Amino acid sequence: MSPDLPKSDVSSGLNFKETELTLGLPGEIGRGTSSLIQIPGSSSAKLTGTKRGFSQAAMDLNLGRSFSVEHDDSACEQSESENEDLSVAKPPSAKAQILGWPPVRAFRKNVITKSCHLVKVAMDGAPYLRKVDLEMYNSYQQLLSALEEMLISCSTIPTHPTRNYLDEKKLMDPASGVEYVPIYEDKDGDLMLVGDVPWKMFVESCKRLRLIKISEAIGPDPRTPQQSASCTS
Amino acid sequence: MPRMGYSFPEEVLEHVFSFIQSDEDRNAISEVCRSWHDIERWSRRRVFVGNCYAISPTMVIRRFPEVRSVKLKGKPHFADFNLVPEGWGGYVAPWISAMASAYPWLEEIRLKRMVITDESLELISKSFKNFKVLVLSSCEGFSTDGLAAIAANCRNLRELDLGESEVEDLSGHWLSRFPDNYTSMVSLNIACLGWEVSFSALERLVGRCPNLRTLRLNRAVPLDKLANLLCRAPQLVELGTGAYSSELRPDVFSNLSGAFSGCKELKSLSGFWDVVPGYLPAVYPICSKLKSLNLSYATIQSPELIKLVSQCQNLQRLWVLDYIEDAGLDALAASCKDLRELRVFPSDPFGQEPNVPLTEQGLVSVSEGCPKLQSVLYFCRQMSNAALMTIARNRPNMTRFRLCIIEPHTPDYLTLQPLDVGFGAIVEHCKDLRRLSLSGLLTDRVFEYIGTHAKKLEMLSVAFAGESDLGLHHILSGCDNLRKLEIRDCPFGDKALLANAAKLETMRSLWMSSCSVSFGACKLLGQKMPGLNVEVIDERGPPDLRPESCPIDKLYVYRTVSGPRFDMPGFVWTMAENPALRLS
Repeated sequence: MSPDLPKSDVSSGLNFKETELTLGLPGEIGRGTSSLIQIPGSSSAKLTGTKRGFSQAAMDLNLGRSFSVEHDDSACEQSESENEDLSVAKPPSAKAQILGWPPVRAFRKNVITKSCHLVKVAMDGAPYLRKVDLEMYNSYQQLLSALEEMLISCSTIPTHPTRNYLDEKKLMDPASGVEYVPIYEDKDGDLMLVGDVPWKMFVESCKRLRLIKISEAIGPDPRTPQQSASCTS
Repeated sequence: MPRMGYSFPEEVLEHVFSFIQSDEDRNAISEVCRSWHDIERWSRRRVFVGNCYAISPTMVIRRFPEVRSVKLKGKPHFADFNLVPEGWGGYVAPWISAMASAYPWLEEIRLKRMVITDESLELISKSFKNFKVLVLSSCEGFSTDGLAAIAANCRNLRELDLGESEVEDLSGHWLSRFPDNYTSMVSLNIACLGWEVSFSALERLVGRCPNLRTLRLNRAVPLDKLANLLCRAPQLVELGTGAYSSELRPDVFSNLSGAFSGCKELKSLSGFWDVVPGYLPAVYPICSKLKSLNLSYATIQSPELIKLVSQCQNLQRLWVLDYIEDAGLDALAASCKDLRELRVFPSDPFGQEPNVPLTEQGLVSVSEGCPKLQSVLYFCRQMSNAALMTIARNRPNMTRFRLCIIEPHTPDYLTLQPLDVGFGAIVEHCKDLRRLSLSGLLTDRVFEYIGTHAKKLEMLSVAFAGESDLGLHHILSGCDNLRKLEIRDCPFGDKALLANAAKLETMRSLWMSSCSVSFGACKLLGQKMPGLNVEVIDERGPPDLRPESCPIDKLYVYRTVSGPRFDMPGFVWTMAENPALRLS
């Protein structure tokens, strides 16, 4: 029996019956299976999914200008990566990358998007400074992990940073138990606490980083009541 | 009985055949008669195997016992875009082992998309006394240790070209392994190496090789060392710089400028990573002689690009980022009347919005202004049928046309129609078109045009296009000279494939991924066509654990005379003629 013909094939004047594809190798006469064989599932869901009128298709498509995005914080592009951890699992974003597309070779991608934003990192008590490339990281979490690794140069104990997003970010050197707070100097020369602004904004404005010991931090810290080191309850 | 024939002595025939280089002609010669076949096979010196699994090394060696130059290709083209899983294959080791004993006089090995180990490199370096040329294009599996063996042992090496290979960088000292009395380097391309090579070894090598014509440095070679290198090799014809950045200093600049001026033969430039625009004028003195310019790593803006390109009146090939903008392409069209090849790469391939004013207009300008333009690779974000038709009419001499509209399914931005008629115009007007890549919103109609008109087409790349099997059927039944077809994310299924099974034996290979080809159809194809290897590639697990109607992930079909291969990883299955032989 002939397969269901998609409407557009009939209407475009193609005589589908004549061009009906049969299974059989050329020149093979009399071979029993040369009549049409329906391969089950060949007119698969993938085909029907593409049968749309073009005006509908156009509305769904990127017309090269603005792009309609499904999630609702599209207005604030910078907060995307920072809020990754907070958000519930979203439906696949329209911005999701397709594997191997566009067809650009890997070595080209690295070269083009690679930029370098090196900033000095001063650690209280360390005799020399370090440098990190902020472009290597996509979030505060990644940066702080890297800074913590720098702190724990001798330790072999893997640690995770003792923080969550509602807390201020702080780091600990497990060997000494000393806690550090990361701060940075911004474009205006002001000392700021790391973590208050969206990641990308931070990267743009950060000039240098400093890790100060908690005991030296100026002022009370209302957000961390269980502070152990210097508080006398 | 009178003797038949006016046969020439063998030596004469051999001498005549030595003037015939092309494989096609030699293949024709070998079919004339038995004796011509024999003479030809003993005198064939170059062999090209477009798919390393199409034939076994033993068979090649048996037919052509006196080969001096071998070129092999391994993985399918889509491996460049990570569509072929790691470990699929393309191992050159069996070839190297076989040739090590059979071809002691082998001089040249050229590989593309193959996996080569340090052991193989060492075997090469020790087995072929007169080894001269090693070209590894987009290869992997080896380290600088393998290169050290080549450097240390290949006394007659002329060419070492690492192409865009992935090399494990264990040490930069491999370059020092070239002996002090080694002076025969003609072409050295190490641009793909990520880490430093020993610079003093490089300097000394360059200084003692008077025939050095091509030198492609890697990014790690700093700009302030470049002048020195150039002064040691003023005879260079092709140069790839390292990083083109340094603090702007007048002495460094004047040294560099002087060094460039001293290179009177320089015709090709590449490299230019991390460009500091202030140093670009150092190359101005040689711009007018340049034939080839690769600025595809240079993140410089349109005004600087225009200044540079406007001085290159003899330019034949330009590779550049889309930072050139439409305005830059206008300038190119006005200045470079000898341009043959243009490639424009995207600076921000994953961005959602256009980040530079580069549109279809740039390509239209170049197609108007450059009468010899025949090869195009163009990434952009908008296209119209009108533009494509203009390009087609302007450039009927086009032979390679690859257009990538970055967002899949993008229609004509002016009319919102599919781009069928635009690409249709390309294939209709450009009668010598050999290679085509499609993109944008496309229905089955475009394939009808292609099948009808693209009679010289040899390679076609299709992505996110078409509506039904009819599309695939048009291609397979219409394109008489098709050799390679690669398809991804298209609604093509079993019917067209099975109906055109015989066509697949006339082609080198077919790749289909994320389409609608069922496992059942693959089995059927494998059973019906013993001359093909039908490889099902599926990282989800054995396809026979799912219903036969289930679409498979990736399909790679290629003709072969050596049957199924035996080096497949666990996620590849060959559909064999005899189901009992199928490994699963």
